[in-house]
Amino acid sequence: MSTKTTNQKAWLLVAPVVILVAFNAIIPLMTVVNYSVQETFGDNLFFFEGMKWFEEVLASERFHDSLLRQLKFTFIILAIEVPLGVAISLAMPRKGFWASVCLVLMAMPLLIPWNVVGAMWNIFALPDIGLLGKTLNSMGFDYNFTRQPFAAWATLIAMDVWHWTSLVVLLSYAGLSSIPDAYYQAARIDGASSWAVFRYIQLPKLKHVLTIAVLLRFMDSFNIYTEPFVLTGGGPGNTTTLLSLDLVKIALGQFDLGPAAAMSLIYFLIILLFSWIFYTVMTRGEQN
Amino acid sequence: MARIDLQGLRHSYLPNPAKDADYALKQVDLVWDDGGAYALLGPSGCGKTTLLNIISGLLAPSEGSILFDGVEVKDKSPEERQIAQVFQFPVVYDTMTVYDNLAFPLRNRGVPENQVDARVREIAEMTDLTAMLKNKAAGLTADGKQKISLGRGLVREDVNVIMFDEPLTVIDPHLKWQLRSKLKELHQRVRITMIYVTHDQTEALTFADKVVVMHEGWVVQQGTPVELFERPRHTFVGHFIGSPGMNLMPCDLTDGGALVGGKRIDIAQAVTEPKAGARLELGVRPEFVTFVESGSDGALPVDVVGVRDTGRNKIVETDFSGHRVRALVPEGMPVPEGRTGIRFDPSHTQIYADSWIVE
Repeated sequence: MSTKTTNQKAWLLVAPVVILVAFNAIIPLMTVVNYSVQETFGDNLFFFEGMKWFEEVLASERFHDSLLRQLKFTFIILAIEVPLGVAISLAMPRKGFWASVCLVLMAMPLLIPWNVVGAMWNIFALPDIGLLGKTLNSMGFDYNFTRQPFAAWATLIAMDVWHWTSLVVLLSYAGLSSIPDAYYQAARIDGASSWAVFRYIQLPKLKHVLTIAVLLRFMDSFNIYTEPFVLTGGGPGNTTTLLSLDLVKIALGQFDLGPAAAMSLIYFLIILLFSWIFYTVMTRGEQN
Repeated sequence: MARIDLQGLRHSYLPNPAKDADYALKQVDLVWDDGGAYALLGPSGCGKTTLLNIISGLLAPSEGSILFDGVEVKDKSPEERQIAQVFQFPVVYDTMTVYDNLAFPLRNRGVPENQVDARVREIAEMTDLTAMLKNKAAGLTADGKQKISLGRGLVREDVNVIMFDEPLTVIDPHLKWQLRSKLKELHQRVRITMIYVTHDQTEALTFADKVVVMHEGWVVQQGTPVELFERPRHTFVGHFIGSPGMNLMPCDLTDGGALVGGKRIDIAQAVTEPKAGARLELGVRPEFVTFVESGSDGALPVDVVGVRDTGRNKIVETDFSGHRVRALVPEGMPVPEGRTGIRFDPSHTQIYADSWIVE
């Protein structure tokens, strides 16, 4: 018989983390779960409603619309940022002074707070005084993001691409730097074209960092709130009301805590589901 | 297939090299015959990988020329030089199958698919990869991957030279021997010039017909394994090759022989007068030191200070008037103790002036 000694004091070492996680994740999440199954009135009156809010949210056209907008936004920015980021990282110098300059320039947008980015682009794109907006209009384009849905979308996407492509660039640059020289030398000896080098050496070696990049950008873009809020507040009309904007409107604008909580949970599960799908697809075939 | 001439090669990684110490390759003049098996042997940092990269065209030398069959190739790319290289760490195209890996160099050169297929199957047969042709290259073991690298070199029929840069570094010890024999066998079959870079003397001596020994950017000797063993041209070759290395001791010259600690030592070959003021050393391999009765004719008096058993023979350490002299005693022979005498084989005793042999 084997004797196993357990040292219960080890719990003391994990306790701080457990407490921290409890306060910033588990307790808030459970509060939301609690709200999502109850009807709330003033004076802290709660009535149990079961799955009612979930059914309501899932059936509501409003939710469908904002979810669709959200998916559209996320897939557009992924389709732009990932290839663009990889292309920029391939074009960046590998060593020397200019490599450092490029890295610092690339890191710059990542250091700017969300609402500052939103405010910057808002002013930049204003059709009457903004550099971009005024220039476009004087060139004959009718551009006004405060009333044209397409202009609002284009501005929002340009803003996100400007802000976050750097993340993909940095990750993919790190991935490229980790490829040993011998691979490039072997490819030269084998007479490979630059496309073949990209296709058979660089891309396979970038697979892991790109998985991370796609997951991070997916989750982040699904959570985007500040930029559209600062730019148009979700307008014109509801055209840029993405999921998070809609959620805040329900929760804090209308103070419908029950439906808002149910929507948060659905929102959370959607992110989880998509992340899982991405991860599974991008890493399949790795196990065998 | 090509004969390779290296003439006056020098290379420095610094932008403005001034003195010898700035050069990774100080001066290399070599001739490699078509179809030979050569080893480039030397410790880490001696310039052997630099030399290899210069031949393959991955690096342009600071000075000198490289001729393939008399044609200058200095400005040609690795592709144009028609060379193949197997690297220290296996380089395979992970996402491709073994078959596609082997076919890759041919497809890049636009060879028709039916010829590619025939050639790939032939090479796979040679390198024992036939059973794995359909597998993904990423799933193979290190030795399998090195075989793919080698196969990618062999698959091109017009290849001038195949170079190996310490190819067995990541191979399990029990497979090293197997892969080395495979290489040797393949060389005999295809007769392509092969250059094998290593810091392991066993690998170099078993693979190559001719070994080039490098030391601090110089080629100190080129010769057959026997020549390197019996007549090292530089003290570095003496102590780098052989286990244990050559015994070296400061000496003076006297008519027809050497003087060490006041004792005369015979040398079979007459030596020319070395340059005045040169540092003279006498070198003799432990294999050519024998024990004799102390006091007998020509015996050098020594004290035995230690014995190490290597299994096949014993290394006896002796003290000869302040110099450490090692002798090899075969298994089963008696090992002397205390004060005794030794004798150096005159035909295998060399004199070195400033580390270079005096003949």
